[in-house]
Amino acid sequence: MLEARIEKGFAERSGSAAFDLSVELAVGDGVTALFGPSGAGKTLTLAAIAGFVRPAGGRISLNGRVLFDSESGVDEPARNRRCGYLFQNDTLFPHMSVRENLEFAGHGLDSAELHRRVEEAIERFRLGRFAARRPEQISGGERRRSAIARTLIRRPELLLMDEPAQGLDVGLRRELYCTIEQVRREYRVPTIVVTHNLDEAFSLADHMLLYSGGRIIQHGSPREIYNRPGSAEAARLLGIDAVFDGEAKGVDEAAGLTRLQTSEFAIEAAFVAVNPGERVSFCIRAEGVVAVPRNGSIPERHAAVRLRRARQEAEQVRLDFVENLSAVVTRETWAEAQGAEDWTVEIPVEAVWVFPDGRGGR
Amino acid sequence: MRSRSTAWFSCGGADARIQPPAPRIIRAVTGLDLGAVDWFPLWLSLRVAAIATVLSLAIGLASAYALAHGRFRGRDLLESLLTLPIVLPPTVLGYYLLVLLGRSSPLGEIYESVFGGPLVFTWQAAVVAACFHAVPLLVRAARAAFESVDANLENAARSLGASEWRVFRRVSLPLARRSIAAAAVFAFARSLGDFGVTIMIAGNIPGRTQTMSVAIYDAVQSGDALLANALAAVMLALALSVLWFIKTAGTERAY
Repeated sequence: MLEARIEKGFAERSGSAAFDLSVELAVGDGVTALFGPSGAGKTLTLAAIAGFVRPAGGRISLNGRVLFDSESGVDEPARNRRCGYLFQNDTLFPHMSVRENLEFAGHGLDSAELHRRVEEAIERFRLGRFAARRPEQISGGERRRSAIARTLIRRPELLLMDEPAQGLDVGLRRELYCTIEQVRREYRVPTIVVTHNLDEAFSLADHMLLYSGGRIIQHGSPREIYNRPGSAEAARLLGIDAVFDGEAKGVDEAAGLTRLQTSEFAIEAAFVAVNPGERVSFCIRAEGVVAVPRNGSIPERHAAVRLRRARQEAEQVRLDFVENLSAVVTRETWAEAQGAEDWTVEIPVEAVWVFPDGRGGR
Repeated sequence: MRSRSTAWFSCGGADARIQPPAPRIIRAVTGLDLGAVDWFPLWLSLRVAAIATVLSLAIGLASAYALAHGRFRGRDLLESLLTLPIVLPPTVLGYYLLVLLGRSSPLGEIYESVFGGPLVFTWQAAVVAACFHAVPLLVRAARAAFESVDANLENAARSLGASEWRVFRRVSLPLARRSIAAAAVFAFARSLGDFGVTIMIAGNIPGRTQTMSVAIYDAVQSGDALLANALAAVMLALALSVLWFIKTAGTERAY
């Protein structure tokens, strides 16, 4: 169990704005993703936990062991923290073979135990074919596996991974996720993964901390956060652009509905406890919106919208409308629409999410 | 202090002294009898430069690593002190060293009580003089080399349980090795050539403290062009081989 409170500020300098990190996190078993845009402080958090960066204030403890405490002046050096760290680039030592890299990590173990662990790592991570080679002589995927194996030789109590899939193509990415899954199964070491890729957070993590501007603005499982973003900011970080400000017009507790009114339109959402007249902000999730090409009259409960652009995705087509709404349609629907610009949309109650943080604000 | 110069070599012509089996061709072409040249200054210079290079490597690597990584009090002061010899005229440097290390100075007295003799006007003083040229050179090159080592590699080593000394010895130093080796060869060459500081604190005592540069000066002063040419040619050859070595060493792989 890692418990950390980390404060660190950077004054404004040429080329970079002032930045201030202030986060509090508790990380237990399984994989925790730190998700957020670049420059939100994710990597800095990782570096502070590992002991590469000294926080200005706060406290970090791992399984009851105090690693850092600004009040009592404790600052364990990185070598004593028992945190494995996987860097964006593999940081295998270029002047050593893969095997020597593993042996480097086992320094201080007695030679029989060192040998046992190195052999075990070579076997588990399938490094045998190239263990005698230098990092420059092996492929990116092999390097990544070797680097992961190296972090585990010392049996860390916590594994820190900084954008582990950076620079890997799709196939190697899948292989990496399998390897991380394997680590989780065989070594059962709590892991923190920094990522700015939502799909990666979904495939790897049980738990997610949403970072923005040096703060953690939400935490929960990736699915929970994606389905129930806490604020307009969180929604934007998750790629939901259809965010609106409005006013609660009334609630119908019996029907489980809340009526919302923006300056442009009225809409119904699932029941939330708000008073009529209260300001609210909410988002409309593209996945829930039903869109059909306009064909003469506008069907009941539908509204007319105008297509701004269509984005082809692997399995579906995402439509962005001029009204700041988005919808997802199948490739077939898109093909049949033949590039139509006029559409109608129905927005079911489930597609509307009122932010808990947005109520009464602004 | 000079100059028995003409006494310890003979210059071609009708000299009837016993001829050692020196290259007769050189003698025929240049008229210089290499066998009769006193090569003491060359051996002294090589010895002084070798010891100075080793000492400077120790001092230079430690300072460079500290400057490249450390945030400590007096960092700027250390950096300035290490750069000073580059901008200070050698004679000024030599003069201050003479004051600082002379027999009546506290440092000089400490040296004398430890080693049983004064430092100034010995070949060891020439080593000190050479160090003042080699150290700044090594510090600058080694610092750049250390700073070019990916800091993540060093942090990776730390997170793998390596002490700072182990990080230095197993990661930073091997990765910076090539640039440092080139700098050491460079420093060796530079150590061979000091004149100003050496003449101030080691003097020009033939057979004891007379290094190559000083011997060449001496030969020119006494009008012995042939000797000056011979010694200068040796120095030129050394300098060229150093450049060749750095060039070939530098074109190999980076670690």
